[in-house]
Amino acid sequence: MTQMAISLSRLANEEFVAPGRSGCPGCPAVMGARLAMKVLGKDTIMVNATGCMVANYGYCGAPLFPFIHSLFENAGALASGVESGLRALGKPDVNVVVYAGDGGTVDIGLQALSGAVERGHRLVYICYDNEGYMNTGVQRSGSTPPWASTTTMPEGRRDWQKGSIYAARKDMVRIMAAHDIPYAATASVGYPQDYVRKVEKAANADGPAYIHLLTPCIVGWGFPEAMGPKLARLAVDTLAFPLYEVEDGHRYRITVRPSRPKPVAEYLGLQSRFRQLGDDDGIIEIIEKQLKRRWAHLQDLAALAGPGKEPGE
Amino acid sequence: MPRSYLTGCQAVAEGARLAAVQVVAAYPITPQTAIVETLASAVARGELDAQMVPVESEHSAMSVCIGAAMVGARAFTASSSQGLILMHECLFMASGLRLPIVMAVANRALASPVTIFADHQDSLATRDACWLQLYAETCQEVLDYILIAYRTAYHPEVMLPVMVCLDGFFLSHISEPVSVPDQAAARDYLADARPAYPMLDVDDPRCFNVMAFPDYFSEFQRDRFESMRKAALVLDAAFQEFEASFGRSHARVEGYRTSDAQFILVGMGSLMGTVKQVVDDHRREGHLVGAVRITAFRPFPESEVAGLCRNATAVGVLDRDVSPGSGGILFAEVSKCLYGSAPGPRLVSFVLGLGGRDVTEETVTRCLEQLLTPAAQVLGGAVHWPDANTATLRKWGLGDADGDKS
Repeated sequence: MTQMAISLSRLANEEFVAPGRSGCPGCPAVMGARLAMKVLGKDTIMVNATGCMVANYGYCGAPLFPFIHSLFENAGALASGVESGLRALGKPDVNVVVYAGDGGTVDIGLQALSGAVERGHRLVYICYDNEGYMNTGVQRSGSTPPWASTTTMPEGRRDWQKGSIYAARKDMVRIMAAHDIPYAATASVGYPQDYVRKVEKAANADGPAYIHLLTPCIVGWGFPEAMGPKLARLAVDTLAFPLYEVEDGHRYRITVRPSRPKPVAEYLGLQSRFRQLGDDDGIIEIIEKQLKRRWAHLQDLAALAGPGKEPGE
Repeated sequence: MPRSYLTGCQAVAEGARLAAVQVVAAYPITPQTAIVETLASAVARGELDAQMVPVESEHSAMSVCIGAAMVGARAFTASSSQGLILMHECLFMASGLRLPIVMAVANRALASPVTIFADHQDSLATRDACWLQLYAETCQEVLDYILIAYRTAYHPEVMLPVMVCLDGFFLSHISEPVSVPDQAAARDYLADARPAYPMLDVDDPRCFNVMAFPDYFSEFQRDRFESMRKAALVLDAAFQEFEASFGRSHARVEGYRTSDAQFILVGMGSLMGTVKQVVDDHRREGHLVGAVRITAFRPFPESEVAGLCRNATAVGVLDRDVSPGSGGILFAEVSKCLYGSAPGPRLVSFVLGLGGRDVTEETVTRCLEQLLTPAAQVLGGAVHWPDANTATLRKWGLGDADGDKS
């Protein structure tokens, strides 16, 4: 591993979320929000698109920071308004963070997000990706891996075998990088040091920043409630979810390099949503091949950034 | 007070400039108006200190206004037609969060078929979104209503957003002489227009738009229902204060030659100028006719309309809109006000001026003549289409123009 050693102990001891939230025990999406707030601090306004976090925060008022649940598709725009309003009132030092699920980001909220980052509002947008509409009953989203079972596609997608190296799911970081924003990155709750460092970089970016955070879902993925962080780590270690960042739209850098990638079957086998794949080794092989091709492509992109230009070192 | 020739769009922009709006978000959906570009050039010239947010949709325009108002900034947008109904979802959020947003609506019809021309279908389709709605007859009113709208929207008894509606093209693109208030006087008029309490504030953190279960939701609705009701008196006070400051008188409803009128036409917006002209003409011929212009469609001036129309023989309602399966939207509102008054006037519904069709003196005269026809000769329950083209309707197998398919 070439991961930078950032100690979680230097994070604020202060908690910004009151005990007693109303979501699932062990929810990794909640861990993601809690860690982000420890980096961003109390001078932060959070805009939250409709989704699991409303069930977590919005039923009971757990956040101890200013929080607004937006509509499903307008978090990017509402946050733009918050940022513009603060600017108009001469309060530019307040952080504006969006915390939105993959449905509210890659599907219904994509237009508002694209507009917000294109206009250059200074905000941190964190998409917590649980790879589907988990709050509404595990429907597929544009971020669901094609080989996963969902209630709206119980067999998964059958066209994925022919798919590209991106395995037929929307690659939000590439989409955000194509907007030439200062900072875009993937992250995983299984690698909290890496995530925390990325939130710091995002908060210090001179313009819009985007983090695509993998947050396994106990209900939608089908695993025991204590296993979230382990799966989030395995996703990275099996190349199913590579961790990287992109500065200024073109400088790619891989931030966590598994020295010896684990077999993807280890990751898939722990989740009931992949049970429908059966024991067909042929399918697992194709998935492995696809993930390795993407990994190789990422390394190519990172090599283009040049050895002397690695950001943040 | 200096007088300038301003289009309705320019009058809106002047109103917003005088109201010192701080965040302006808008999208140039078709049909677009010149309102926002006028404000953008005011910002560029340094005449207005506002953040211009050129969003990627009308849905986002209202969302930006919501975000800005949530941190306490004075937010403004303008919309029309397709754009207004695209932001429909956000309208309910703005009023539910009790945000003092003001929006100019250059009224236009809704597709399909495609049109860019005036009628009231767009704003009336948002009737139940809990926004105050003011309909202007002149460009002067357009400017004045923007200031009145902000004063009312921020009032602690109200705390609701306001639409200032002006007929597309008939007001938005027509120049009229307009007195532009002095900046200092406008500032004084809006001196108390401040958020009642901080909302998204890092020094006083709170959660907004969280879940309301069935044990609370009705009470939230009741609360805003009562605020809308109270908005009538707050508007009246804002009108009075406006007259004291600027010398121009406005009201939620205007009765024109109604004191002894037996036959009354009720309507909204720019067509009322023509109606008043036709009323004058008929008065000269000895007919006891009058007109009632609704300025505030929300909150609806129920007792005022009832008071003006109760003793008439017949009341005709001119709707520049239609609710298929029912009839004129304004007609239903006016009928409700007069229900139970005995004997009560005969009520006649006219749907006219749709999709930009000009409401001419001839059309209004046709409506008045319908009112003057003895009741026994009129078929009940009909919606009359006084300006529909009989030749086209016959060709399409839809009978004759004036309502009753026989």
